[in-house]
Amino acid sequence: MAGLRLFFGRWIVTIVPYVWLLVFFLAPFLIVLKISFSATAIAMPPYVPVFDQLAGFWEKAKELSFDNYLWLTQDALYIKAYLSSLKIAVISTLITLLLGYPMALAMARAPDRLRPILLMAVILPFWTSFLIRVYAWIGILKPEGLLNQALMATGLITEPLQIINTDWAVYIGIVYSYLPFMVLPLYATLEKMDYRLIEAATDLGATPLKAFWQITIPLSLPGILAGSLLVFIPAVGEFVIPDLLGGSDTLMIGRTLWVEFFYNRDWPVASAVAIILLLLLVVPIVIFQKMQERSA
Amino acid sequence: MLRALMGVAAGLAMAGFATAASAQEEKVVNVYNWSDYIDETILEDFTKETGIKVVYDVYDSNEILETKLLSGGTGYDVVVPSAAPFMVRQIQAGALQKLDKSKLPNLTHVWDQIAERVSKYDPGNEYSVNYMWGTTGIGYNVDKIAERMADAPTDSWELVFNPDVVSKFSDCGVYMLDAPAEMIPAALNYLGLDPNSKDPGDIAKAEEALKKIRPYIQKFHSSAYIDSLANGDICLAVGWSGDVFQAIDAAADGVNVKYVIPKQGAQMWFDQMAIPVDAPHPDNAHTFINYMLRPEAVAKASNYVFYANGNKDSVQYIDAEVKDDPAIYPPEDVMEKLYTVDSYDPKTQRLITRAWTSVKTGQ
Repeated sequence: MAGLRLFFGRWIVTIVPYVWLLVFFLAPFLIVLKISFSATAIAMPPYVPVFDQLAGFWEKAKELSFDNYLWLTQDALYIKAYLSSLKIAVISTLITLLLGYPMALAMARAPDRLRPILLMAVILPFWTSFLIRVYAWIGILKPEGLLNQALMATGLITEPLQIINTDWAVYIGIVYSYLPFMVLPLYATLEKMDYRLIEAATDLGATPLKAFWQITIPLSLPGILAGSLLVFIPAVGEFVIPDLLGGSDTLMIGRTLWVEFFYNRDWPVASAVAIILLLLLVVPIVIFQKMQERSA
Repeated sequence: MLRALMGVAAGLAMAGFATAASAQEEKVVNVYNWSDYIDETILEDFTKETGIKVVYDVYDSNEILETKLLSGGTGYDVVVPSAAPFMVRQIQAGALQKLDKSKLPNLTHVWDQIAERVSKYDPGNEYSVNYMWGTTGIGYNVDKIAERMADAPTDSWELVFNPDVVSKFSDCGVYMLDAPAEMIPAALNYLGLDPNSKDPGDIAKAEEALKKIRPYIQKFHSSAYIDSLANGDICLAVGWSGDVFQAIDAAADGVNVKYVIPKQGAQMWFDQMAIPVDAPHPDNAHTFINYMLRPEAVAKASNYVFYANGNKDSVQYIDAEVKDDPAIYPPEDVMEKLYTVDSYDPKTQRLITRAWTSVKTGQ
């Protein structure tokens, strides 16, 4: 009896994540994949063919084609948008890492009673809507905004800096929004680190800098990877930040997708763009998986 | 974008509510209209008189509305798409239902001149009734423009399309609608070409004209200019008449904003009341549209939103401030210069969107 119950308990625990993935990832993915092979039409929904019944399945299936993917290669716009998104995401990830690492390190080495407060301070921004926080940056960065006023008051600049509606504002927005996603995994690994290792290194004559490079960094590598991916992956597909803070020449794939979907009403091409984006992101995730397996 | 996203969220919430409501055949009408586009007391009056509760939800772009309509199952009973190029396509796609004119006795008040222009998009006015109409022109900050150029041609598209003129204002901010179906025809019109042209050569010329002024445009966006004009953050914006009037209304102290229909003419747009094909309460939808066709009711809306409506008998109830403003109710000679644009076939649509992306990003 007990064995049977244990068997079912295990079975349920294993099956739940698979059902979750099936319903919330695989099913939507297949729908989008199917639309990406369809052709656009003035209809409800705006593409053909629609598999609303089993009859005529094969005739309809023959209408599916790779045309939309070919289209993506014919216009340099899409490739440039992908590359530009990757560039913005890579640079943003590096900046969040450079800012987030010292923060996480300081938090991990802070006295025990301070840590919950510091952790709270990192999580606190989530209590306000993401959109509202991005909107607030418009107020800070605009020509008559807080930043320019402060800089002018100190006499550092005489003319207001044009930051809003440029790529700079996009970097600021992404780094600001995703910093907690970098800090939290880093903090988790650094906090668990055994600091006697550092003491041992110092006793053996290593300088603090050498101990940091040879012990702290390698031991926190899983945190660095996890944090970087948590920042990099959503940053590539980011839409809201470039729309609100970026200029009109900020080319990002999230916006290109939006234009295809809403302006051109070309759901098939929009779906193809989304599929390619997904494939591009799967690569770093798989690398991460492999690395984790190796370290485990 | 914030409003658009909130609209999507609200819409999803409402769609759920609507299905629940229809099951019980409640006295409810689900209206999906543009944001800030009605005096809400009209809705209260309607409910008082008919006992039909109005569930009112808003959007801020035609694209959002169209995407929902084409997906189907929105739960909305009344929607207000712009006639071109949106509603034309929605009719073709079968997303809207024909109106039952026997349920709309107030159609007698309709302004024939407007109905006739709209019939280009909705032949026989079978699917829709005009709610508001207006123009796409220029909103500008009077003092900031005068400061930078004393003799600025503020009555002309030169203000935007002449690189020598617009470059003088680039330091204080020039915004432009992020709407290719508005800006390409405007550029064609400025160049003296047919704003309705679908010729790739003409569209390329419009693209070139827009690229010449591109360096001086700070942002392409279809709603941000309202706040920016009102706060005095920018010098000028190409925008929709009613939005600029909202900015004038909300302008901060010392900010003097004006709207102008340039002398070369401007694009006319029409926001049309229509009923989705799968509306759960079509009878209530007709009752609502018929109510909005009452001269007193729609006049109240015009007085609130500062747009002209398509109801000729409502004019007597409209405030002088609104009906005597030539930028809202243009005189006959200006009316003749206003143009409309047909809907684009998919190929031209792509051409126009591509030209637009090229203008915006330099790609």
